Amino acid sequence: MTFLVPLPVVMPLLGAALTLMMARRPRAQRTVSLTVLTATLLVSCALLYFSTTDGSLVVAVGGWEAPLGIVLIADQLAALMLVVSSAVTLCVLVYSIGQGMADGHEETPLSVYHPTYLVLTAGVTNAFLAGDLFNLYVGFEILLVASYVLLTIGGTENRIRAGSTYVVVSLLSSVIFLTAIGLIYAATGTLNLAQLVERLDELPDGLRLILQGMLLLAFGIKAAVFPLSSWLPDSYPTAPAPVTAVFAGLLTKVGVYAIIRTETLLFPGGRAAVVLLVTGLLTMVIGILGAVAQSDIKRLLSFTLISHIGYLLFGVGLTTQLGLSSAIFYVVHHITIQTTLFLAAGLIEQRGGSTALDRLGGLAKLSPVLAVLFLVPALNLAGIPPFSGFIGKLGLVQAGVADGGVLAWMLVGGGILTSLLTLYAVARVWNLAFWRTPPKSMPSVRLPALMVAPTLALVTLGVGLTFAAGPLFDVGDQAASTLMQRSGYVEAVYGEGGAP
Amino acid sequence: MTPNLVYVVVIGVLFAAGVSMVLERSLTRVLMGMILLGNGVNLLILLGGEAGTPPIVGLGPGEQMADPLPQIMILTAIVITLGMTAFLLALAYRSWAMSGHDEVQDDVEDQRIMRLAERDQGSGTDDTDHEATP
Repeated sequence: MTFLVPLPVVMPLLGAALTLMMARRPRAQRTVSLTVLTATLLVSCALLYFSTTDGSLVVAVGGWEAPLGIVLIADQLAALMLVVSSAVTLCVLVYSIGQGMADGHEETPLSVYHPTYLVLTAGVTNAFLAGDLFNLYVGFEILLVASYVLLTIGGTENRIRAGSTYVVVSLLSSVIFLTAIGLIYAATGTLNLAQLVERLDELPDGLRLILQGMLLLAFGIKAAVFPLSSWLPDSYPTAPAPVTAVFAGLLTKVGVYAIIRTETLLFPGGRAAVVLLVTGLLTMVIGILGAVAQSDIKRLLSFTLISHIGYLLFGVGLTTQLGLSSAIFYVVHHITIQTTLFLAAGLIEQRGGSTALDRLGGLAKLSPVLAVLFLVPALNLAGIPPFSGFIGKLGLVQAGVADGGVLAWMLVGGGILTSLLTLYAVARVWNLAFWRTPPKSMPSVRLPALMVAPTLALVTLGVGLTFAAGPLFDVGDQAASTLMQRSGYVEAVYGEGGAP
Repeated sequence: MTPNLVYVVVIGVLFAAGVSMVLERSLTRVLMGMILLGNGVNLLILLGGEAGTPPIVGLGPGEQMADPLPQIMILTAIVITLGMTAFLLALAYRSWAMSGHDEVQDDVEDQRIMRLAERDQGSGTDDTDHEATP
């Protein structure tokens, strides 16, 4: 079944080429994009199934065996991330088609939108499947370049201003990543992750720490970890709603995925654990305090996005299997929920004409469907039982208590505080935008069905995570145990005999 | 390649100049800084591999061949830098066309909050009384 592995990268790229050629035929473009992303979702599901039953799937691209060639590897973690990300990208694509129809093509010039969107998907899947540091870098670059175009689409003054910050910060993080790659190659003579497992262990401790620090710095900027996060709330909210939604769901999580991959595989033993835990705590608390102070729904959601990255660092920083599996479950939950909330914010903008809280009001009465679509994921994000947010946070708290250290207890406390403040922040949005009497008469706009349907699908998926929590936690647990014993990864790449 | 002083100093100067240019407000200067940084990184990667004869089979004994991998990585990095340079130039030009300059502005919302903080005022968003809000 290994022929399936490159497909999630190849299909969106081919789709991008096709849609670019069909620039003047929007209907054909839509058909191609939808087909490609549906096929990607199906292939990802198949990859998850086969990687669970048969173990990791490995393909040496171009027929050159590892460590000479470049490998793509679909282990359970990568396959799980692929399934969630392709489900989310498909829903957001349908939503953006709905919005394009409603806006009369003003906001999103469709001829560029579809190819760029597919390239973004290819970059994300490539980063998940990469078994080689340089391929990971290329995956990051593909998705970043696509994201630059999507963020500044239309070229209005606001988007250019927000886009400049975003582009410069991302370029800087890429430079740091590339420098780290150059140093790692100079020190070890390889970039294949499986080969690095052994060669990095032979390096002196101080050198390893520097390499680890540089990689963490580069991924930390991409994942919006606290001291490196201030670019995110300034740039994300100005983009069109579906673009913000897909960025919020996926781009920071690719950074988190890279942190999980490198910390467990290349630098095990938790030497950076204290750094991860402290930055995790700061990210959680300071992020959510920022969210409480905002007066615009999209900015508020951007701050909750930063804040909840802290939970993921918490899980990774504990360096226990329970911590890691909870973090994996939380990633899945957070991708789904954060995207849903941004889509709901887009619907609020469509219905109320704005996302500024002082211009909204009375939406609960005007549009009960919208109220449900916002409230369910909002409560889910805050971690109200029985939603998946509660289950994920419970796992993290259990892992923190099991660790028992002072720092772990502080994180448990910080996590609970953040959860309560998240509830406060979303309840404030609910009170102001949905419950109070409207400050001015709201325009009567019908929400397009094609925008409501994908949001509803994602809300259902988010609620469904509660019912699938048992099996999902099992998959996360297996993925975490494979990550913890690194030999599995090396054997998968080299075959049974281990490294040559 | 064994690192020699000239290379190390050149890389250091490229990085230092690049970082100080990136800290500027003007997008064009940031772009120059990015190009310098990119060249610095490329030289750094080049130092990571063995120097030697051209890495083509049949041109010489295999033991003296240069390590081709850093060169390939640099080639990829150059292509990416070229694309990014074009994009940043377009961004700077668009910024100039829209607002007459290419300086990166402070975030509008941040400016608003700073103004409110100077006057020690709340945002007024949570007031239920709408006549009071402007």
